[in-house]
Amino acid sequence: MSEVLPALGQIAALVLLLVLTVPLLARHLATTYTGERHLAVERLAYRVLRVAPDADQHWRTYALSVLGFSLVGVLALYALGRLQQFLPLSLGFGALPADGAWNTAVSFVTNTNWQWYSGEAALGHLVQASGLTVQNFVSAGVGMSVAAAFARGLALADNGGRVGNFFTDLVRTVVRVLLPIALVAAVVLVLLGVVQNLSGDRVMDTLTGGTQVLTGGPVASQEAIKELGTNGGGFYNVNSAHPFENPSPLSNLLEMYLILLVPFAMVGAFGRIVGDKRQGWAVGAVMTVLLGAVVAATTWAEMAGPGSAPQLAGGAMEGKEVRFGEAASALFAAVTTGTSTGAVNAMHDSFTAAGGGTVMFAMMLGEIAPGGVGSGLYGMLVLAVVTVFLAGLMVGRTPEYLGKKISQREMGLVAAYVLTTPVLLLVGIAVAVSFDAGPAGVLNSGPHGFSEMLYAVTSAANNNGSAFGGLTSGTPFWNTLLGVLMLLGRFVPIVLVLALAGRFAAARRVPAGSGTLPTHRPLFVALLTGVALVLVGLTYVPVLLLGPVVESLS
Amino acid sequence: MNVLTDLWRQSLAGLRLLVAATLVLGVVYPAVVLGFGRVAAPWQAEGSLVTADGSRTTDVSEAAGSSLLGQVVDDPDLFWNRPSAAGEGYDTLSTYGSNLGPEEPALLDAVRERQAELAEANGVDVSELPPDAVTASGSGLDPHISVAYAELQVPRVAEATGIDEDTLRGLVEEHTQGRTLGVLGEPRVDVLGLNTAVLQEDGS
Repeated sequence: MSEVLPALGQIAALVLLLVLTVPLLARHLATTYTGERHLAVERLAYRVLRVAPDADQHWRTYALSVLGFSLVGVLALYALGRLQQFLPLSLGFGALPADGAWNTAVSFVTNTNWQWYSGEAALGHLVQASGLTVQNFVSAGVGMSVAAAFARGLALADNGGRVGNFFTDLVRTVVRVLLPIALVAAVVLVLLGVVQNLSGDRVMDTLTGGTQVLTGGPVASQEAIKELGTNGGGFYNVNSAHPFENPSPLSNLLEMYLILLVPFAMVGAFGRIVGDKRQGWAVGAVMTVLLGAVVAATTWAEMAGPGSAPQLAGGAMEGKEVRFGEAASALFAAVTTGTSTGAVNAMHDSFTAAGGGTVMFAMMLGEIAPGGVGSGLYGMLVLAVVTVFLAGLMVGRTPEYLGKKISQREMGLVAAYVLTTPVLLLVGIAVAVSFDAGPAGVLNSGPHGFSEMLYAVTSAANNNGSAFGGLTSGTPFWNTLLGVLMLLGRFVPIVLVLALAGRFAAARRVPAGSGTLPTHRPLFVALLTGVALVLVGLTYVPVLLLGPVVESLS
Repeated sequence: MNVLTDLWRQSLAGLRLLVAATLVLGVVYPAVVLGFGRVAAPWQAEGSLVTADGSRTTDVSEAAGSSLLGQVVDDPDLFWNRPSAAGEGYDTLSTYGSNLGPEEPALLDAVRERQAELAEANGVDVSELPPDAVTASGSGLDPHISVAYAELQVPRVAEATGIDEDTLRGLVEEHTQGRTLGVLGEPRVDVLGLNTAVLQEDGS
């Protein structure tokens, strides 16, 4: 159904919106994370919180603040889920089971937003708005704060390892960036048809004398931050495929734009914070190349429609909405998996083997193309350090990145970071296939069934939250396993990144010499792209062979 | 030990932050959007409801459906929606795509079965059926069908209602939306809107 020119046209429309606005937001973000001035409302917040906003924290304290705040968030969300039956606006829904409440609490605090439950059949409005929506904001804020701390760590020198104040970063992120943009976006979404009410389920007589239940809820307010914060947890089970979450091609464009806005703007902010905008451009270029490749491959796969069912039906429309068609579904899928968002406007489980495999690969890249808000930036910068290290090995001199020497200690942290997600993912899939309870949740047969499990552990370990929806994951086994993967996949890398930021902040700056690899040139862009692909390729090719590759060849 | 006391101190500050955030982001923010919807866009905020004569309403008891939600329609004298995997079909309480993969035998069987049924019901060859007619949507609530699928149903509806085909084609065209800005999404036919028009034409 989709045609090539409009398919290219909507990609161009998305790019145009981003090109026009990302630089503006980048400048605003840089000021947010380095400015001295506090807004009146922020000063009020600091008084209420009893924190000293100008007291820079050592990286260890910063990390403890992140962990403490997240711990409180998990406990609060767990309590909300377990006590739902006593809450107002519960719509008659009872408590979540213990394993389900654990999974959801971890899922939303880690910015993963994996959902084992079906929103319209499990959660009342209060849990959605006052539990999940809040974590949609602050979990995004945590990622952005950590990325800002890392950027400042690179920019600072000889300061004993202090990287900024977490509470200041988080309050500013919410007050100056996320809340204003989300508010505008939510209002626009309402105008485009996204519902926003507090109604319960009301029965409606249909045109032909049947009945249909009208499901209400504060959807628009959650939808806006769901995309803006690269969270991705849908109000309803079918997420952004639901017409009440994503009613038209225009709302679809807006949602894709919101998903990509902050991750790219953070890169621009990074360039400004380290005092060399070209550094941001280079990193952004790598992200663009990788995302572009994912978009191209997914769009080709879905529009060409290889595979038995698409061939039989005349097109890959199973699991897709007519208003989006193959092209806008493929584009959304690439955008949401490239950014650790995990929202879907079509069922990835029914994608062609090549399309589904590509979006899985996009997640395996480690969410760096352009990745989640904040986490995409620090993930890519860690790979940049790997790249200068490799280049240093080739010419036999001590590598440096942005004037910071990369010694054995730094590389230890970087290596641990790079290994964390693959270890979680591969151990996770090994555990899943080793117990009967793992494959018990699988819907599809053969290699596609394996892909459902592989997709789930990939999504959890990378904090994406996207799913091959056929997998029944609302079981104690899957809820526990995926919860552990999400938790470790989020906070182990964060602590390592903050430790690295602390070391950079404490180190003195070395002037660039004749042997220094310039990190803003095309050569570096190409090297970094190669490092990202090789790391992923070597790690995941065997496991991809067992799922999507075998399926494509069958 | 030192780390634990420090974590405790940070958690307390975190708790204060979470309480403040819940008030602002979990209560005030949704309420502001809610207020905006009530005042500026009540129709959209309530779910884009329409009555049987095609006019907009915010009253559920008057509504014959939402223009954003597909319905179960199997009368021969009306246009049919796509197959749906949501519950028994278009069930908003269990929204679902089939989630069946491209090589899954169950999906191939389902497509073949739909092809046989629809080809017979509409008196066409299987090869003429567009993909959206024989596949279930992602939401199970897809309110639209492709223009090709609507055109294909015209002769059947004409025969069942006695409305001539040209009039029906005119109605299809009236309820067709093209790509937004010429590039976004796909051309599509609003089935509920089209069916309300058919019923009115039929009654007049």
